[in-house]
Amino acid sequence: MIAGLIFAISIMTLLQFFVSYSHSLIAESRGHELSEQAREISGITARAARGDQFRRLLQLIDLCPESGGDRSQVRAVSLYFGLLGFFRTLFAWIKPAIANWIESERGGCAYVAAVMLDRRIAYSRVLMARQMGNRL
Amino acid sequence: MTALGPVDYAIWLAVFLVEIASLVCLLKGKAFLQHFTIFLYLCSSLAVGIGRYSIIKTSGFDSNAYLYFYYYSDALLTICLYFILMSLYAHVFSDMGVSKYMRGGAMLLLAGTSAITYHMVAASTDRFVTHFVIELAQNLYFVGVLLTYLLWGAMVKLRENRTRLMHLVLSMGVYMSLFAGSYALGNLYSNLFVWRYFFPLIAMWLPVSWSYTFLKVPEDARIVTARVLVPNR
Repeated sequence: MIAGLIFAISIMTLLQFFVSYSHSLIAESRGHELSEQAREISGITARAARGDQFRRLLQLIDLCPESGGDRSQVRAVSLYFGLLGFFRTLFAWIKPAIANWIESERGGCAYVAAVMLDRRIAYSRVLMARQMGNRL
Repeated sequence: MTALGPVDYAIWLAVFLVEIASLVCLLKGKAFLQHFTIFLYLCSSLAVGIGRYSIIKTSGFDSNAYLYFYYYSDALLTICLYFILMSLYAHVFSDMGVSKYMRGGAMLLLAGTSAITYHMVAASTDRFVTHFVIELAQNLYFVGVLLTYLLWGAMVKLRENRTRLMHLVLSMGVYMSLFAGSYALGNLYSNLFVWRYFFPLIAMWLPVSWSYTFLKVPEDARIVTARVLVPNR
């Protein structure tokens, strides 16, 4: 009885802590304004993105050279995105409100991926400019 | 005598390496003095890991010696986690000058939980010492969850904006909840073979998250609390 109660409460707090922890990892990127070029490439027009854009954005990120060891951040966001997909499969049928919340979180992940892409594009430009400078 | 398999070796080595990496990140992030309790916990955890490995080597995985050592060392590590939690309380309430009372309260809670668990097990029909230690670990982790939740609530109320502190408290919350839930489930279904791999795997969470925090989050980084709670704002 007590073990069951502890299990139920722990699962609830685990979800809350994990979601807040994931938010704290991506919060800085959420406040970032996307450049015109990144908007054009990613296809994101407003400040929000759709969850289904995430995979394509990850592929674009992989095409750019890594900037400042952001690989761990990309992995963290991918992990959170994957977990959201898992929870959507498990719980979304119970209540549509949960599905809406999960979709908004997945959109948030896609926006963060777009910000990372933006940073990598900027870094690629710096590298190219440096190379051009060396040739001259 | 059950010996270790390749998966056990791989997990043990992974935990050991991750803890060493976390120690290096703590020193590299110049947070050694500020978070001395984390240093203490990592050193204890490394020592416990070596101890567990040598006992498995000499007595075997299913021996009583390993069972006793595992649960007693786990209780010791949980007490170290309480010290970390106390230091996090001290950081959050440093401006208010109430950290002395917080420390006293946490110690009282720790002693109270141990006493209540002892009383519960002593009153039951099967007075196994191991039963006491398993119950104690479950209850200590659960009280840890409540304390972390309380701390996080206070941080939200106080609009705490130190990113590093926020990461440390939230990762501690994830760890405590994960362990409290797993111990509770382990109490209900103790014969599942998954536990052998599951506990060492989830033990990696804290060192991994600490490594990230000390390596990637600068000491002076700040974050708006509301953005962590409602990110779409």
